This record gives sequence, structure tokens and C-alpha cells, in this order.
Amino acid sequence: MKDVFKNLDKAFENRIRLGIMAVLMVNQNVDFNMLKEILAVTDGNLASHLKSLEKSKYISYKKEFLERKPNTNYNATISGKNAFKKHINAIEQLLKK
Amino acid sequence: MKEKYIEDLKEIKEIMNRSTRFISLSGLSGVSTGIIALAGVYIAYQTFFKKQDYLVYDATNLSNEGISHLLLIALGTLILAIASAFFFTKRKTKNRNESLWNNTIKELIFNLIIPLTTGGLLCLMLLLKGFIGILPSLTLIFYGLALINSSKNTFPEIRSLGLIEIIVGLLAFQFIEYGLIFWAFGFGFIQITYGLIVQKKYK
Repeated sequence: MKDVFKNLDKAFENRIRLGIMAVLMVNQNVDFNMLKEILAVTDGNLASHLKSLEKSKYISYKKEFLERKPNTNYNATISGKNAFKKHINAIEQLLKK
Repeated sequence: MKEKYIEDLKEIKEIMNRSTRFISLSGLSGVSTGIIALAGVYIAYQTFFKKQDYLVYDATNLSNEGISHLLLIALGTLILAIASAFFFTKRKTKNRNESLWNNTIKELIFNLIIPLTTGGLLCLMLLLKGFIGILPSLTLIFYGLALINSSKNTFPEIRSLGLIEIIVGLLAFQFIEYGLIFWAFGFGFIQITYGLIVQKKYK
């Protein structure tokens, strides 16, 4: 039982961070506004969770200018995708017991 | 504790679906395009197919005037159908507070447009060469392929709708003399039925 808990990722304990990863698992180059719309969260809330996922190197971002307005696109990194898969597997293992 | 994880999994699945499928596609747009298609086929029947037997495998001699008439009907039907689909879908996105222009719908349109344009250009070339009889069949088949190609970006039902359109298209080729009836059945009746199913299920 302890092993299973060990595989759960602290970074994904939060619903919003889990949601961000879920979106980035199946989409590429997702911008801030789209994330906001899909997850229905406030700017500040989303920004802080994005920052924490960046810190764990689970997501990467690219800044560009779209019609002179700054636009940030987010992607899941390979280690982020692997961590997410591992986390989901751990949950499934846990639920099997 | 267990409930939290079950909830988590459910939400992940829901978010993945919501972020890759455009579910604001309105069922009513299926109904309206179906009705417009029926009107289009009726006008085409009254002005052309009633007078002469064009529903054969061979090329037929069609006057320039005839071709431009038929093209006009086809273009009118197409524009009205797209406009009505746009109208109902826009209304639904407004209700759901979703933007009409996002990555998902861009991909949906892109996946629709490739088979549709291919089929459209091929049909146009065949029409100019007089092969009218096989057009009902080909338009149904390419439409079905376009639907299947874009079904992963919207309701899963669109996939089976695409399959049915392909089968109806193949039948329209086999029984070419009934091409128009199959066309009305596929683009009219089936389309309306699916529109109603989607409308009821995803209201």
C-alpha cells in the first residue's frame, strides 16, 4: 500500500494542476486564455499553478507576439507527460485495492 | 480518499474530452442543413432530372446553360447550409459561453475541408465533362469521409453518421437511376435524424 502512495505525484495533488496537465496531454501549444476557459479559473489562480508546474519542469512555455499582443503557449514536457502517466497509473492501482 | 481519486479520474477524462472535442456544434444545424438539402434536391429535380434521364453511368450532353443552372443550385444550397449551420452553432456557443474560434474548431474545420474540397473539385470536373449520374454517389461518399475524418474533434456520433453516408453513397452508385432519392435520403433524412439525436443528447 505504501508503495502505491509513493508513486502519487505531489505536483498533481491540486485539481487545477491536474486539469492543466490533462489539457496539455492531449493538446499542443495551448495559450493562457484557452486554459482559463477550459478550466474555468481566475487569471491569478491559473498563473500560480502554471508557475509551479514550470518549476517542476513538467510544462514549458513559449512567448510570442500575436498582433502585437504577447501570447504565451504552453506545452507538456516529456518528463511532465511521464509523471502524469505514472500518477494516473498509481491512482488506478490504488483504486484496484 | 478513494472518492477523491475517482472524482479526479472522472474530471481528467472530462477535461480531455472538452479540450479536444467541439461539442457546441448544434444539432439544429444538422436539421436545418438537412431541410435545405431536401429543398435543393427538389429544385434540381424539377428543373433538370424530370426532363431528361441524366442518372446514368455515361457522360451526358449538357448545355452550358444547364451546367450553370445546376452549379447555381448546388452553390446556393451549399451557402445556405453553411450559413444555417454557422448560425445555430454560434447561438449555442453563446449560450455555453464558449468562443467560436479555438484550436479545436480550427482542427475540426481543417479536417473537414480536406476531403470536402477534394471531393468538391473532383465532382466539379466530372460535372464539366458531363458525368452527372455519379455525382450524387460521390458527394455522399466524400461527405461521409470528411465526417469520419473530423469526428475525433466533435461528437462521437458524427463517426457513425459518416459511415452511413458512405454506405448510402455506394448504394447510390450501384442503383444509379435512384441517385437523387439516395441523395435526398443521405443529406436530408439521415442528416435531420442525426441532428435531432445530437440535439436531444447534448442539449
